[in-house]
Amino acid sequence: MLGRTASSLFWMSRYNERAENMTRLLEVAYRIAMTPRYASDAEEDWRSTLVSAGCCSGFEEKYSEFTQKNAINFLLFDQDNPSSVRSSIEQARHNARSVRTAITSEMWESLNETYIGFSEVRPQHMSDDKLPDFLNWVKQRAMLFRGALLGTLMRNDGYYFSQLGAFIERADNTARILDVKYWILLPDNEVIGGSLDTYQWSTILRSVSANRSYRHAYRDSSLKAFNVAEFLILRKEMPRSLAYCYDWIEDCMADLTEGYGEKLLSHDMAIDTHGILTQQTMEEIFQSGLHEFLTDFIARNNGLSHQLSADYNFA
Amino acid sequence: MEERQFFDEMLDESGGARAPYRDLAKWLEGKNPAELKKKSREAEVIFRRLGITFAVYGTSEATERLIPFDIMPRIISASEWRRLSAGIDQRVKALNAFLHDIYHRQEIIRAGRVPADLVIQNEAFLPEMIGFTPPAKVYAHIIGTDIVRVGANEFYVLEDNTRTPSGVSYMLENRETMMRLFPELFRTHRVAPVEHYPDLLKETLKSVAPDGVDDPTICVLTPGIFNSAYFEHAFLADTMGAELVEGRDLYVEGGKVWMRTTRTPQQVHVIYRRIDDAFLDPLTFRPESMLGVPGLFDAYRAGNVTICNAPGTGIADDKAIYAYVPDIIEFYTGQKPILNNVPTWNCAKEDDLKYVLDHLAEVVVKEVHGSGGYGMLIGPTSSKRELAEFRKRLEANPKNYIAQPTLSLSTCPTHSSSGVAPRHVDLRPYVLVGDKVRITPGGLTRVALKKGSLVVNSSQGGGTKDTWVLED
Repeated sequence: MLGRTASSLFWMSRYNERAENMTRLLEVAYRIAMTPRYASDAEEDWRSTLVSAGCCSGFEEKYSEFTQKNAINFLLFDQDNPSSVRSSIEQARHNARSVRTAITSEMWESLNETYIGFSEVRPQHMSDDKLPDFLNWVKQRAMLFRGALLGTLMRNDGYYFSQLGAFIERADNTARILDVKYWILLPDNEVIGGSLDTYQWSTILRSVSANRSYRHAYRDSSLKAFNVAEFLILRKEMPRSLAYCYDWIEDCMADLTEGYGEKLLSHDMAIDTHGILTQQTMEEIFQSGLHEFLTDFIARNNGLSHQLSADYNFA
Repeated sequence: MEERQFFDEMLDESGGARAPYRDLAKWLEGKNPAELKKKSREAEVIFRRLGITFAVYGTSEATERLIPFDIMPRIISASEWRRLSAGIDQRVKALNAFLHDIYHRQEIIRAGRVPADLVIQNEAFLPEMIGFTPPAKVYAHIIGTDIVRVGANEFYVLEDNTRTPSGVSYMLENRETMMRLFPELFRTHRVAPVEHYPDLLKETLKSVAPDGVDDPTICVLTPGIFNSAYFEHAFLADTMGAELVEGRDLYVEGGKVWMRTTRTPQQVHVIYRRIDDAFLDPLTFRPESMLGVPGLFDAYRAGNVTICNAPGTGIADDKAIYAYVPDIIEFYTGQKPILNNVPTWNCAKEDDLKYVLDHLAEVVVKEVHGSGGYGMLIGPTSSKRELAEFRKRLEANPKNYIAQPTLSLSTCPTHSSSGVAPRHVDLRPYVLVGDKVRITPGGLTRVALKKGSLVVNSSQGGGTKDTWVLED
């Protein structure tokens, strides 16, 4: 397989995952804005959404006010924002297009139709009442692509590169969402309790589509900061948790090592990070600092992405 | 009166359906305009979803466009096809023999059948190819022969396209689309299949691999995602199970060509290139080219890789050489040409130029190196001003032009806003030359969608049709 092909497969899936995650962040932010009882400071809420999305500085270069209109425009439609939903969809398709021979027609058609459908939407016509349906549509499209990939793509190195892109992006996304709100997850806060905190915790869960599954995962289904953090970091049943992502990542790396008959540095890095997530307890993580843990994780995850592209000649 | 000026492929003089179209005509009687319109829209949705697009140069917005697809098939009978394919077979063999000759002993020039300077001073002639013999002595492996029909038994070859002819993916996707839209028509017609074209292409490419390579690695070399025919490059690589590469994915080391893979470099044996000669190798040809592979030409001459089509094949479809193709066929095959050549005036010759200038309103004038329907004049449909302007250009640089009589292109039933109506068409069958000649029954029919128009190029408002060759 060409190094360039491996790179395109990695980024195709990574951008598809990003489109979905951005959309989910927008859904949650929009929901917050709809419930002004809790949205004590609308500007602050949009700011934290932009920070979670990792594009706050880009936003500030372009806009002076954190209004809903500006934020939605920037996150959903703005081509100047490399992580906007539009940019992500375009990048996913662009990468897919340059490796048409390495993906199936089902995968290509699902991405291409998303791109066509998205292009037909005019930002100025996106009224408040249409937004939820539209966001839902984008999310479903991203899921359709993933389904097409899982159902049709050959299980060879191309598949592993593609899955690595998706799970590295997903892990990054979950870690960022947690880090932006890490202080409300600190056990000290639990004493304060109160409906505002409960609301914030459920918001975090919604951002990763885990509001319902949390209630099933914890017998005492009331929201607790400790549990929310554990659910998203260490619980392997939770498909967007860091531990789950690294289960996949390590498996994919092992398959690559086996396929190529050669163990490279990126595999060691994945094993290290995976080890941290399997060996540490939540108590230990809180003790050494949640914020520090998350910052370190995000850096490791990024480092893996770079090492992967060096090891496998991503052009 | 006027409508009988052109040969109608569906209707005969009395208005009845010609034999190959009889069943289609009957089927068409039972269809109302709304049904056909709906099918036409369905077809567009299919093409857009598949992403079968071509890029349009010079437009800032929407760089990807669809070529309009016409839902009415073009039908060719088995006996008509036998004659056409015999003619094509003869022609492509002669052209390959011509290429071998002019890069070796140049017998045809010595025999005085083709003027020396027309070959030697031709831009498409590559001195770098002199003395080199590609595997199986084949130069032009993939050819798209442009043919027009003017009467029941009259076919003319318009161009030979021996460089990098495109459009074959449309032939294949048009068929797929038609089978989805009108399955009932395929039950009533015995349509010769075209879907095995990628297999034939792969067999052809394999058959010209360097000596001693039994299981060659084949790749399709594309200029990249922004090229107008990128879809086709990806499509062909995909359907052949070959690697789709850009110049930057390849490099030459030890006289061999290698792919930059995720780990161990892999040797490449056959390159189906879709980039022009000038861009192939910056060390041999245009030095600023970023699309090619430095050192590729040396690896080719060393016999370690086969380039298809060979560099320097452009001389065989040069518009000035075209006039000599009947001589070329006779010279190498000893037979009379089966397919007609269009009489051609070479404006470089004084007598010819005079004739063309005197009859400008009746003829078609083309640039010698032009393509895609750009820079041409169609006398009968041009205004006085256009004629006057073109006359100036022609007089300023006569060597740059050839002229031909305006051919009465046949018409085929075509779906239009006012129902099914006759529109002018041409035909490009796809021919593969390797250890043997492989011709896919059918080809790409291009149709001038505008009423009365004779220009079928997609860049000038043309569309495409599925082309059916009926089996006996």
